[in-house]
Amino acid sequence: MTDYEHHDYDVLIIGAGGAGLRAAIEAKQRGLSVGIVTKSLLGKAHTVMAEGGMAAAMGNVYPEDNWQVHFRDTMRGGKFLNNYRMAELHAKEAPDRVRELEQWGALFDRTKDGKILQRDFGGHRYARLAHVGDRTGLELIRTLQQKVVSMGTDVYMECKVLRLVHDEHGAIAGAVAYWRPTGQFVTFGAKSIILATGGVGKSWKFTSNSWESTGDGHAMALWAGAELIDMEAIQFHPTGMVWPLSVRGLLVTEGVRGDGGVLRNSNGERFMFNYVADMFRAETAESEEEADRWYEDHSAGRRPPELLPRDEVARAINAEVKNGRGSPHGGVFLDIGSRRSAEFIRRRLPSMYHQFMELAGVDITRESMEIGPTCHYIMGGVKVDADTAATRVPGLFAAGEVAGGMHGANRLGGNSLSDLVVFGQRAGLGAAAYLEGGSGPRGFDRGEVEAAIVQATAPFERESGENPYDIQRDLQEMMQANVGIIRNGPEIEEAIVALETLSERVRNVAVAGGRAYNPGWNLATDLPSMITVSKCTARGALERRESRGGHTREDFPKADPEFGTFNLAHSVADGRWDGEFTTVRSPLLVMPDELKALLEEAH
Amino acid sequence: MSQVTMRVWRGDANGGDFQEFALERQEGEVVLDVIHRIQATEAPDLACRWNCKAGKCGSCAAEINGKPRLMCMTRMDQLPEGPVTVTPMRTFPIIRDLVTDVSFNFAMAERVPALLPPPMPEDGYRMYQEDVERGQEFRKCIECFMCQDVCHVIRDHEENKQHYAGPRFFIRYAELEMHPLDTNDRRDYVREEMGLGYCNITKCCTEVCPEHIKITDNAIIPMKERVVDAHYDPVAWLGRKIRRRTKRTASEASVQPQP
Repeated sequence: MTDYEHHDYDVLIIGAGGAGLRAAIEAKQRGLSVGIVTKSLLGKAHTVMAEGGMAAAMGNVYPEDNWQVHFRDTMRGGKFLNNYRMAELHAKEAPDRVRELEQWGALFDRTKDGKILQRDFGGHRYARLAHVGDRTGLELIRTLQQKVVSMGTDVYMECKVLRLVHDEHGAIAGAVAYWRPTGQFVTFGAKSIILATGGVGKSWKFTSNSWESTGDGHAMALWAGAELIDMEAIQFHPTGMVWPLSVRGLLVTEGVRGDGGVLRNSNGERFMFNYVADMFRAETAESEEEADRWYEDHSAGRRPPELLPRDEVARAINAEVKNGRGSPHGGVFLDIGSRRSAEFIRRRLPSMYHQFMELAGVDITRESMEIGPTCHYIMGGVKVDADTAATRVPGLFAAGEVAGGMHGANRLGGNSLSDLVVFGQRAGLGAAAYLEGGSGPRGFDRGEVEAAIVQATAPFERESGENPYDIQRDLQEMMQANVGIIRNGPEIEEAIVALETLSERVRNVAVAGGRAYNPGWNLATDLPSMITVSKCTARGALERRESRGGHTREDFPKADPEFGTFNLAHSVADGRWDGEFTTVRSPLLVMPDELKALLEEAH
Repeated sequence: MSQVTMRVWRGDANGGDFQEFALERQEGEVVLDVIHRIQATEAPDLACRWNCKAGKCGSCAAEINGKPRLMCMTRMDQLPEGPVTVTPMRTFPIIRDLVTDVSFNFAMAERVPALLPPPMPEDGYRMYQEDVERGQEFRKCIECFMCQDVCHVIRDHEENKQHYAGPRFFIRYAELEMHPLDTNDRRDYVREEMGLGYCNITKCCTEVCPEHIKITDNAIIPMKERVVDAHYDPVAWLGRKIRRRTKRTASEASVQPQP
């Protein structure tokens, strides 16, 4: 038996984005020993890319805003597939989680009377997003990072976790990982683990996600015995860059529309007026004049249709392009230059200005942007208890994008950054309560460690085999084509077959060179996670024979009330990444009557 | 389609050399795209650090034709004709190929005395836009560490890394110093422990900042003035001796507040 570098913690946190860092602060404040493991350097996690803001019903701009309205907006945006309790806790606690960031150094934009300024976003009835220009994610991650560092926390940077390790009773006992700079293996003994690994978007060709979003946490939770829910619910953000091709998919913040930007087709028409679903008709403007009045005063008109929830807008753009009214590079036009002053645009949207100027040679204060849908976020994830973030595996918790339930079938913009801090904090509390209960691992399954290391190093043993980049590219193209924004049964069935073929190819991947900072090998160790989560997405997409939120079936174009009563939950019995998956219908939690009443109110 | 030649430095702490790659030029590409194409085809083990590919995370800094740039924000069609040379940042130890060991910066971050605000009122702090804007400029920093890379004090003098925070952290100290809520005085600490005096304001850092932060004019020079005021202004000195201090001194400031 080989000896590896080893560290022990009360709480091991995997992932150093907003949720992981917030969880670390909470656990540290409760006197627990905490280690954070991240695939990248500290401060580079996907949170840093969030632009528009974090949603919290503080009522600083519209005093009539409150948690009840935020709860209602979140549930409607999620097409009622949400874990209602998560949506409730999120709406109630987000204001405190935002305010406390200022104790740790965050500097949000201000109202005239010195409070935190809030901006409009899709699906939110009131201006609700605390923000810093269009770099709110950077502000969030830097604030939490600086707080964590000031508390003296151990951070394992550029360290990739392969597998979770159990004790002899099936409870969580630790994890096995490797250092990317050296390729050396390291084991962690942990009384509890909080997964905060983010999303899965790297399995699609056109994505706003970085190389890190390979679904490691989703997959490790599944392999460790937890359930994944709603994996078919993938958010395609309506506005990604479409040109140049090399930046296709790069995010364009919803803040452009929140601050007055509008969508036009090749005829110059504001086409979103033609795509208002019945569910949103009563609260959406009927004319351009009415919509434009709303920007100045929300009581003077109803919301512009450009600010419908993201799933609605993405489908509309897709339809315009399909019907021949797209832009030259296959998107539509997003115009703010003709509607707001250059000074306003540069102050409110500095990174968008910079991004288009540098990468596309487009001056957004004068010209329209060409945009189209891009894979952005997974609503689905590890099934957790709302109050504690606990999974069904003792000692395993999950928070942030890797957790499922909070956003139902579609997430509202701005609800992710607040999700990170609300449930990051709750996961820290949940782990602390678990440890207070005297729970802790008995034993550490060395067999799981050795199996993970054998699997990880196998690509070096093969004389000939496939380039991992070829497999990744084929996976991305296949998922984009078969399980993309608009789906149908036969194509999803093809995807399920293709994923078996890809699994076979992953078992035959070969890597050249050494283990020290070898991106080809790093990708080879990410591929099993990518295949695992893609399988769950495809299975869920096939099984959910309706259209709801981030899951659209052209062969079942309407929402079916029967399908609105359950999540699809995936599990794997034997812990193998290429083992047999089981998919069952898992009934939604029953909502108390007083919360139901909030949803039924006219607005 | 025309060709492009990439000269990429490859090696590790024991040394290395340039490797040339010839590829077809593609419309609109940035340097990082070309590096990725090399990885996906000829050299899957070519080490490079990157995350967002949108100029927001600061991971992919390297020296392109000898100048520190973000690979994700440098368009190939805006570089001069001829081979494109890509080398790792010179100020930091090599890990492999284009990846350097930037742990110096994380060590300096650990030495920053944290913000010490007054207790928060129930409905949050009140601050005004004009007061937060100075700090917001510095908080745009994406920690690409290119300002550290070009700073002569550490680029050419490894020994200075023990007692010199560098431009990235001078803007951090300036941000805290100008923070509307902070009660922690780090002026002596920045002078005595963090080597502010070593900076001779050549503005190399400002020139390479991808966020266009005016590091020298808006952070370093004002910090130098404040440090001088703290030290040599006899009125202020006397005031400090007589009055009860509301701000802390360097030795106290170097202690982190307990969580």
